[in-house]
Amino acid sequence: MWIVKNRKIFYIFSGLVVLAAFASFAVWGLKFGIDFTGGSLLEVSYTQSAPSVADVTTALSSVGIPDASVRPTGQTGYILRTSFLTPDQYDAAKAALSMNGAAPFEEKEYTSIGPTIGTELKTRAVWAIALVLIVIALFIAFVFRRVSKPVSSWKYGLVVLLALAHDVVVPVGAFAILGHFFGAEVDTLFVTALLVILGFSVHDSIVVFDRVRENLKRNQEHNNAKEPFEDTVGKSVSQTIARSINTSLTVVIVLLVLFFIGPASAHYFVLTLLIGIIAGTYSSIFLGSPLLVTLEKR
Amino acid sequence: MLRVRLAAIALLLAGVGIGWFVVQSQEGQSRFAFRYGLDLAGGTHLVYQADTSKLAAADVDASMQSLRDVIERRVNIFGVSEPVVQTERGGITGGGEQRLIVELPGITNLSDAVKAIGSTPVLDFRLQEAVAGTSTVAYVPTGLTGAYLSHAALDFSSGRAGTLANQPIIDLQFNTEGAIRFKDITTQNTGKQLGIFLDGQLISSPVIQEAIPNGQATISGSFTPQEAADLVRNLNFGALPVPISLESSQSVGASLGAQALQESTVAGLWGFVFLSIFLILWYRLPGVIAVAALMIYVALSLAIFKLIPVTLTVAGLAGFILSIGMAVDANILIFERTKEELRAGKPLQEAIHEGFHRAWTSIRDSNLSSILTGVILYWLGGTAIIKGFALVFVIGVLVSMFTAVTLTRTFLISLGFGGSDSKLAHFLFGSGVSK
Repeated sequence: MWIVKNRKIFYIFSGLVVLAAFASFAVWGLKFGIDFTGGSLLEVSYTQSAPSVADVTTALSSVGIPDASVRPTGQTGYILRTSFLTPDQYDAAKAALSMNGAAPFEEKEYTSIGPTIGTELKTRAVWAIALVLIVIALFIAFVFRRVSKPVSSWKYGLVVLLALAHDVVVPVGAFAILGHFFGAEVDTLFVTALLVILGFSVHDSIVVFDRVRENLKRNQEHNNAKEPFEDTVGKSVSQTIARSINTSLTVVIVLLVLFFIGPASAHYFVLTLLIGIIAGTYSSIFLGSPLLVTLEKR
Repeated sequence: MLRVRLAAIALLLAGVGIGWFVVQSQEGQSRFAFRYGLDLAGGTHLVYQADTSKLAAADVDASMQSLRDVIERRVNIFGVSEPVVQTERGGITGGGEQRLIVELPGITNLSDAVKAIGSTPVLDFRLQEAVAGTSTVAYVPTGLTGAYLSHAALDFSSGRAGTLANQPIIDLQFNTEGAIRFKDITTQNTGKQLGIFLDGQLISSPVIQEAIPNGQATISGSFTPQEAADLVRNLNFGALPVPISLESSQSVGASLGAQALQESTVAGLWGFVFLSIFLILWYRLPGVIAVAALMIYVALSLAIFKLIPVTLTVAGLAGFILSIGMAVDANILIFERTKEELRAGKPLQEAIHEGFHRAWTSIRDSNLSSILTGVILYWLGGTAIIKGFALVFVIGVLVSMFTAVTLTRTFLISLGFGGSDSKLAHFLFGSGVSK
């Protein structure tokens, strides 16, 4: 079957994509949101005319907040990001922003995260990703425990682990690029999206492996045990590719709708999911099954 | 067959009933209306760190509870509907620090909220002890704090025993347990000085003349009448048993929240529509059944969110809409398998049966992996938003297992294509656009 036959091409392609992702990450790093770095984020919308970015920055410096990042949003709004503000500093900032009453504004949203919580969230994020990777790999090895020939069930777990690692690396690399060029931030919702991607992308692998298991059993029963494993896997992939794509397609449809007309605050969350689920579908079909064959040959 | 048909009708009616309940309970002041998180309803979320380092380990839980009660009293003065005041432990990753979470729906003025909550003074009593080998003194905490205070009142000194007249003084009345502790302290330490500390500052250090059994004490210091009045008011609102500092805060304006809610709802509806179009075009008759089951899935999930209740946030709603896309995956696996069996020449009823039977292991394992992820997400989540998302996600997966498998199967069988192998049946159960 062409996917399994040409697996070297797909390995090279995936290798390049993963390399590109690592490279982006190494060069630009991720733009961490205040969830992880700590700090304060204030979104305001001026009701009449908005002062310029320079005016805003000066006003904030004058009350002791010199390192504020001011980003315009909408027509008359700004998103300000500063280091952690105490309640008093917050009051002073608001007074400064209103230019002492000359420029009234509406406060849309304010978030302030202290350094302890920021570090804690970072630690939890790493633990959660590691735990999900391990648990799912073990789960797959357990589910396919009776398929020992010709590939032991541990290898099924290993293949899934490699595919899932790919599914984590691609969105991270994408957000290194997006962070550099568009200011896209990585926050706890990004991590949540990664975990959802991991939990979901294994579905396609389960579908194919399930079919491989069934075909192997069928070969045993019908005295066809001589069929090369490569052919069995190839057959399984071509039999299940339509449903693999369709199950991901339904999710992509709703995500696209959410992306285009959904709430703005969920924008990057949905984008992460989109990138990850597309990467996940690719990795399950074009990487997962061919890897089984490669591992069998070792 | 009749039984299956009756079951199908009963399930359909139940679905309609649940949907009606979901819509009805949004009207008026039903107690089953949706609970919205702060990013949808607007409001303020505050996280305080409580400094329990000076407490004995055994006292920590009781003090945190007392802290919670005091803050709740102060918050209630605000007149907030359904404020949430909870204690929380930072967990292993947080160094185990004690935290207090305060949620004030509808309150968007962060400054006012913080001022009112944060300005309760910390009152505690310490005994003066001579430091061994030096001529200095140190104050040793006695464990008697403002938590044991029942009442404080402003009074003016009478000028007795050589003190100045008409100076503002503060009469303290301890509660039952506080009175006992105070009696013990004064009995055992007569002749020593008892330092009265307010927010860590020594304000008065009277000598204990005698044992005081009735739990009454007086603080006199150089207060102005205004200072004394403020102090009395703050003490009465509840002196804090432990000092607190604001660790993180979030406030969302109501307009932003309302906009997010509207956009989420519209996106959800359109997502459902596009999904249905795809399902019906690709899977034809089974696709129609899948859409019907999906509608019941949405109604049932929303009803469960109302009954538990689950607090919905922007992320939670996105998660729910995502789960709608995932709920049909079981249907797809079943239908594709059914088509395969049909192509292999099996009669329709058997093909349907095999479709469900063979697809079940994949469905079960896929959903288990989602649930495992959801559980880890809930457990390690940390913030209320992530926990809420994980809860919505897991509920969605569980409900979808019911609607996509049981409901769909009942509906399909009840349609009764039975042994039919007509061209119509094959068309209706075929798929794709070209075939």
